Amino acid sequence: MAKVTSLENAIRDNVNDGDIIAMEGFTHLIPFAAGHEIIRQGKRDLTLIRMTPDVIYDQLIGAGCARKLIFSWGGNPGVGSLHRLRDAVEKGWPQALELEEHSHAAMANAYEAGAAGLPCAVIKAYANTDYPKVTKTIVPMECPFTGEALVAIPSIRPDVAVIHAQKATTKGDVLIEGILGVQKEAVLAAKRAIVTVEEIVDDLGDVHPNACILPSWVVSAVAEVPRGAFPSYAHGYYSRDNKYYQDWDNIARDRDSFQAWIDENIMQSATGDAS
Amino acid sequence: MSELLEYSGDEMMTVAASRALADGTVCFVGIGLPSAAANLARLTHAPNVVLIYESGTIETKPDILPLSIGDGELSETALTTVSVPEMFRYWLQGGRVQVGFLGAAQLDKYANINTTVIGDYDAPKVRLPGGGGAPEIATHSGEVFITLRHSKRGFVEKLDFITSAGGQPGGDNKKRCGGKGPTKIITDLCIMEPDSQTKEFIVTSMHRGVERQQIIDNTGWGVRFAEEVTTTPEPSAHELEVLRDLHRRTKEAHAGEA
Repeated sequence: MAKVTSLENAIRDNVNDGDIIAMEGFTHLIPFAAGHEIIRQGKRDLTLIRMTPDVIYDQLIGAGCARKLIFSWGGNPGVGSLHRLRDAVEKGWPQALELEEHSHAAMANAYEAGAAGLPCAVIKAYANTDYPKVTKTIVPMECPFTGEALVAIPSIRPDVAVIHAQKATTKGDVLIEGILGVQKEAVLAAKRAIVTVEEIVDDLGDVHPNACILPSWVVSAVAEVPRGAFPSYAHGYYSRDNKYYQDWDNIARDRDSFQAWIDENIMQSATGDAS
Repeated sequence: MSELLEYSGDEMMTVAASRALADGTVCFVGIGLPSAAANLARLTHAPNVVLIYESGTIETKPDILPLSIGDGELSETALTTVSVPEMFRYWLQGGRVQVGFLGAAQLDKYANINTTVIGDYDAPKVRLPGGGGAPEIATHSGEVFITLRHSKRGFVEKLDFITSAGGQPGGDNKKRCGGKGPTKIITDLCIMEPDSQTKEFIVTSMHRGVERQQIIDNTGWGVRFAEEVTTTPEPSAHELEVLRDLHRRTKEAHAGEA
């Protein structure tokens, strides 16, 4: 059963140094506040997984939380490069970052395989690309029935998944609406799951029978964090702050201005108030 | 149609790219230039074109162009929104997409695309964002259109990394991948299509006012021209009006979100 608790406690209880951690949200519902709490608590040596490591992972990488990144697209959407990610890969600052690089199709399949309790995902992917030369976990195989050329990749089974959603009940059942990304798969693939929500309600009300709901008993901790996805958006609550993403380009370009920003906006700011 | 119309190279490129999409086509759309072209097609000659974005939005009809692949506008105007694993498994890998519409930072004469690194992978000069959905869009779509501005930096002799595959010299793309691979490159100067024998992309149509030398100067390999090079029909007044309206609405909406 999910423990309804504070963000600070949810991260403290469920994220350890050295963990494999997946923070998902496909442009929508990105768990920024939870990421900031991980930085604030000084977590180290994390293996970070995310299909689209955007600004939140740039912040975690620049703050020295990450040892390895498993990903498929690392950029600032609609703006350009992630300068902290680039600095880590190109110059090893603040520390070297090991990369395991896939395509979106492969990552999405690997999450689904993890949720399904499978050790690997089997896909039609990477034909005539250079990915298999640099990513050793892409292994060619033949279909045992037809001989068709396929590839296998390991499933994603994180220690902990972190997502943001619109609503949870006081019991801890979670409702996700709008662009769903891979959040359901990430939660079901992980050993533990943390969900931040816009609001905790007594009852989810009149939702569609096919709505995306994660029952309380697949979630470890739920924390109410209004605007917890800011500067990304929460369908039905607030829209994306495009200016934040544009401004980030300048802040992150320089190590000093980045560190000043982290100090001012995260380290000296109270939990859940990092926006 | 009027020869007195004034328009930019970018506008010519977007209009030419939009015309490549036939009405009713199921199109998997990349962000940026492809998204502008695909929506222009939907708002002009191809009202029944089906637009799919990798965030899971199917049959979406955005009133403004999305800044990111997962803008709320895409979900709010979609027939349905599915999860990302479902999008890639059932809809793309399952063979439901007729045209994949991609942008590119860098490509070679076979339309292989690099969006991964400049320099050595393990010690890159520039780390680019990576492939995202493109590697499988390129192989699982029935065919692929690519649109980008023509420049020597973008059109290179040799790529440092193949992120998504183009045509293979002498190879049979369809047998290998399920789709035909790239069949059109649409730039601000011209349209290129593969030579049926060598699979190398050659210039088949030039936009009005463009000289051959301009294309040669902006291509990083010894670019070839088809025996018969046509002139791309100019944008119509209607197309330009719709495109400019779309960009104006988009600018106003995004300015209001900050």
